[in-house]
Amino acid sequence: MELLLDYPTLRVIWWGLMGVLLIGFALTDGFDLGVAALLPFVARNDAERRQVINTIGPTWEGNQVWFILGGGAIFAAWPLVYAVSFSGFYLAMFLVLSALILRPVGFKYRSKRPDPRWRAFWDWSLFVGGFVPALVFGVAVGNVLEGVPFRLDSDLRSFYEGTFLGLFTPFTLICGLLSVAMLLTHGAAWLTIKADHGAVRDRARAIGSIAALGTFVLFAVGFAFVRFGDLGFRLDPGVDIAGPSNPLRSGTIAAPGAWLDNYTLYPWMITAPVLGFLGSALAFLGIRMGREPLAFGGSSMGALGIIATVGLSMFPFILPSSIDPRSSLTIWNSSSSHLTLFVMLVVTVIFLPIVLAYTAWVFKVLWGRVTLDSLRTNPDLY
Amino acid sequence: MDLAVVELSRLQFALTAMYHFLFVPLTLGLSFMLVIMESIYVMTGRQIWRTITRFWATIFGINFVLGVATGITMEFEFGTNWSYFSHYVGDIFGAPLAIEGLMAFFLEATFVGLMFFGWDKLSKLAHLGVTFMVALGSNLSALWILIANGWMQNPVGAAFNPETMRMEIVDFQAVLFNPVAQAKFVHTVSAGYVLAAVVVLGISAYYLLKERHRAFAIRSFTVAAAFGLAASLSVVVLGDESGYALTDNQKMKLAALEAMWETEAAPAGLTLFGLPNLETRTTEAEIKIPYALGLIATRSFDQKVEGIIDLVAVAETRIESGIIAYDAVEQLKTDPQNLAARAQFEAHKNDLGHAMLLRRYMDDPRQADQAAIRAAAWDTVPNVPLMFWSFRIMAGIGFLMIGFFATAFVLASMRRHETRWFLRTAVLIIPLPWIAAELGWVLAEVGRQPWAIEGVLPTFLGASSLTVPQLWTTIIGFTLFYSVLAIVEVGLILHTIKKGPYAKSADQHPVDEPTGPIPVAAE
Ligand code: HDD
Ligand code: HEM
Ligand code: HEM
Repeated sequence: MELLLDYPTLRVIWWGLMGVLLIGFALTDGFDLGVAALLPFVARNDAERRQVINTIGPTWEGNQVWFILGGGAIFAAWPLVYAVSFSGFYLAMFLVLSALILRPVGFKYRSKRPDPRWRAFWDWSLFVGGFVPALVFGVAVGNVLEGVPFRLDSDLRSFYEGTFLGLFTPFTLICGLLSVAMLLTHGAAWLTIKADHGAVRDRARAIGSIAALGTFVLFAVGFAFVRFGDLGFRLDPGVDIAGPSNPLRSGTIAAPGAWLDNYTLYPWMITAPVLGFLGSALAFLGIRMGREPLAFGGSSMGALGIIATVGLSMFPFILPSSIDPRSSLTIWNSSSSHLTLFVMLVVTVIFLPIVLAYTAWVFKVLWGRVTLDSLRTNPDLY
Repeated sequence: MDLAVVELSRLQFALTAMYHFLFVPLTLGLSFMLVIMESIYVMTGRQIWRTITRFWATIFGINFVLGVATGITMEFEFGTNWSYFSHYVGDIFGAPLAIEGLMAFFLEATFVGLMFFGWDKLSKLAHLGVTFMVALGSNLSALWILIANGWMQNPVGAAFNPETMRMEIVDFQAVLFNPVAQAKFVHTVSAGYVLAAVVVLGISAYYLLKERHRAFAIRSFTVAAAFGLAASLSVVVLGDESGYALTDNQKMKLAALEAMWETEAAPAGLTLFGLPNLETRTTEAEIKIPYALGLIATRSFDQKVEGIIDLVAVAETRIESGIIAYDAVEQLKTDPQNLAARAQFEAHKNDLGHAMLLRRYMDDPRQADQAAIRAAAWDTVPNVPLMFWSFRIMAGIGFLMIGFFATAFVLASMRRHETRWFLRTAVLIIPLPWIAAELGWVLAEVGRQPWAIEGVLPTFLGASSLTVPQLWTTIIGFTLFYSVLAIVEVGLILHTIKKGPYAKSADQHPVDEPTGPIPVAAE
C-alpha cells in the first residue's frame, strides 16, 4: 500500500511526537507534581494548604492525561519500548503507580472531613504523589542514558537482568534530583501566578529560587558525567532505516562519549542545552523579582530544554542495552508498522489541536488567583 | 516459561481489572443521568433540579477518582506484566489505547474539573455542555477500550509478520468496525446505565423510607425508573446480540457457557439448568427450552450449534497445521529469503497460534507427539462450570432488572413512590448489577482462555519474564492499597448520603418543596 509518508520519515515524526508528549507532560502535569511536592513546605495551616491545593484542584486531572497518553502512545508507536522498559523497571513502575494512585484520592478525599489527622494524612499522600514520581522519572531517564541490562531472544522476548537497587548509581541519582529540582521550580513558578499575595506565595518564591539554582547546577553536573564518564552508544554503520522493526537485525556498540556525537553532526542541536540553562536562569530571576510571566516562562523553557537535550543526545537510540548492545532499541528497529504509524499520525493531527484548544479554554475560564477569602465563600473548592 | 509467574500475573490482572470495573460502570451511567437531571434544571430553571444534579455529582466525583486511580494501573499493566503480549500485538492493540487517551480521557478529565468548580463561572447552558462533555468522554473511553478488547476476542484485520516476529495491522477499518467490539460496547455501556439507575433508585428509596428529603428523592426516583427501564431492556436484548456474535468466531465460548458437549441437531435447545461434569464430559440434570439456543445463536431453525467435543477435534487438526507454520517461521528466522519456507508459512499461517499451545509442554512444538497434541487441543476448553453459572446468574439478574424497573416505572407514573415493600427491595437490590457486571467479564475473559488473543497468542506466552517474589510484592501491594481505598470510598459515600443533598450552603433549601408533575413542566 502507498502511504503519503515513507517509513523512515514516520519513524522520525513519531520520535518527535514522543518528545512532544513528554514535554507536554512536564509542562502541565509537571507543575502539579511540583506543587504537590511543595505542599508541606509552603503551607503551614489548613487554610494555606487548601489555598495551595486549589491552585491545581480543577485542572490536574486533565494534565495527568499527558502521562496516560504517553503510555498509550508508546504502546501504539513503539511497542517494543513499552514492553521492554515497563517490565524491566517493574518495581520502580509499581512505586510510581502507587504514588500516582494516591494523588487523585488525596485531592478528592482530603476536603471531605474536617478532622486534622485525616487532612494531615492526605497532605502527606499528596506530597508522596508529587515527589516520588518526579524522582523516579529522573532516575529512569538516567538509567536509559546508562543503558539498561536487558536482552532479547530470537522470539524477541525480553529478559531483564538488573536489580531494583541497581537502578541507583551516582549518575542516575543526579538525574533524579535534577528532575525533582526542575519540577519544584515549575511548581513554585505556578504558585507565584495562582496563589494570592501572601505567606504561601512568599515561601514558594524562596524555595523556588533555590530549586531553580539547583536545576542549573545539576544540569551542568549531569552534562559533565556525559562528557567525562563512560556513557554512550553508537549505531553500526549501514543500518537499514526503512527495515523491519527487528532489533536483532541491526548492531550497536557501547562507545563512551558517544552521546555528544550529535552536537558535532548537527550543530543546531546545541539550542536544546542552551534553552535548558537559559530557562533555569530566567526562572531564577523571575521568581526572585516576583515577575510571574518570566518565572513561569523560564521554568517551562528550562524543562523543555532539559528534556529535549536527553532526546537529541541519544538520537536515534531509545533504549540501549548495557549487556547485549545488539538488543538495543532505536527508532529504526522498534517502531510499529508503517500503516499503524501513519494512521496514528492522522488521528493525532486531528485530535491534538482539539485537545489543546479546549484545554486552553478551560484554563481561561478558571483564570485568576486563589485567595484565602474565596476558600471561605466558595463551597465548591476542595 | 515459568507457569507460576503466569498464574500470578493472571491473578493480578484479574484483581486490578475487576477492581477497576467496580467504578467504571457507575461513571458510565451516572454521567449521563447527570446530563438528564441538569437538562431538566436548565429547561425549568427550578432550584431543586440543581440540588439534585449537584448531589449526584458529589457521589459521581467520589467514584470517579477511584476509576481514574485504578485505570492508571491498567494502562501500564500490559507493559509491566504482559510484555510479550505487548510486543506481539502492540502494533494493533496499542492504537485504540492511545486513541482512547487522545479522544476520551482528555475530554472527560479536562472537563470534569470545570464541572465541579465551574458552577458560578459559567452560564447554565455552558455548564450543561461541560457535564455533557464528561459523559461523552467516559462513554467514548469505553468504546475504544472495548475495540481493543473486542479485537482480543476476534482478531480481525491483522497478520503475523515473520520479519518482526509479531502481529501487524493490515486492515484498520476491520479492527474499528469489529462486530464483536460493537456488540460489547452496547452491552457494556448499557450495563453501566442499569447499574447507575439502580444506585440512584436505591439511595432515593432509602431517603423515602427514612422520610427525608422527599421532594428530592421522588424526582430522582422517577428519573432513575425511566432511565433504568430503557437500560435494562437494552442490556438484555443486546446481551443476546453479543451471544450471537460469539457464534462466528468463538464457538468454543458458546459451547462452554451452554455446557454443550455434543453437537446438537438444529435447532438446539437452551439449557436453563444443569450440572456440568468435567470427568464424564456430560451435563447432568438438564432442563432445556427447546429451539431457543438455535434461534439465539444462529438466527435460524436449520443451522446446528457445535459441541465441545467436536470443537476439540477441530483444534487438533489446527495444531497439526500450526506446527508446519511454526517450522517455517523458525527457518525464516535464520534465513529470511528462504522462498520455500515462506510458501510453507503462507499456507499454514492462520494456525500458527495453535502450535504455540504446545509450548506449555515443550520448548519446540515440532517435537510434539500425538498425546501432546491431544492434550493441547483439550486445553482450548475453558472452565465450563464457571462459564455456565456466570452466564446464568448474569442473565437472571438481567431479567430481574427488567421486572424491577418496570415496577418502578409503573409506581412512579401512578405517583405511588412510597410503596414500602418496593422501597425496601430497591435498597436490597443495589449490589446485584455489580455482581452481573463482574460475572459478565469473567464470562468474556475466562471464556477466551487459554488464549490471550483468540487463536493467535496463548495467555501463558504473553506474560513478562518476571520472578515470583516480584509478583507477590505487587499483588500484596495492590491488594492492601486497594482495600484501604475501598474502605475509605464506601465510608465517604455513606457519609455523603447521611449528610444528604442540602449539605452545601449554596443549596440550602431546608423546607421540602411540594412534589409536582415530573419531569416538571409547569408548576
Ligand atoms: C483491552 C483488554 C482488556 C480489557 C478491556 C479487559 N481485559 Fe480482562 N484480561 C485481559 C485483557 C482485557 C488480558 C490481558 O488478556 C488478560 C490477562 C490474562 C489473560 O488471559 O487475559 C485478562 C484477564 C482477565 C481475567 C482473568 C481470566 C483468567 O486468567 O482466567 C479476568 C477475570 C478479567 N480479565 C476481567 C476483566 C475485567 C473485569 C475487565 C474490565 C475492566 C477486563 N477484564 C477488561
Ligand atoms: C483493561 C483495560 C483497561 C485499561 C488499560 C484502562 C485504562 C484506564 C485509565 C488509564 C483510566 C484513567 C483515565 C483518566 O484519567 O480519566 C481509566 C478510566 C476509565 N476507564 Fe478504564 N481501562 C480499562 C478497562 C476499561 C473498560 C473495559 C471500560 C469500560 C467499559 C473502561 C472505562 C473507563 C472509564 C469510564 C473511565 C473513567 C474513570 C472512571 O471510571 O471513573 N475501562 N481507564
Ligand atoms: C439476559 C441478560 C443478559 C445476557 C443474555 C447477557 C449476555 C452476555 C454475554 C453472552 C456476554 C459475553 C460476551 C463475550 O464473551 O464477549 C456478556 C458479557 C457481559 N455482560 Fe451480560 N448479559 C445479560 C445481562 C447482563 C447484565 C444485567 C449486566 C450488568 C448489569 C451484564 C454485564 C455484562 C458485562 C459487563 C459483560 C462483559 C463485557 C462484554 O463482553 O460485553 N450483562 N453478557
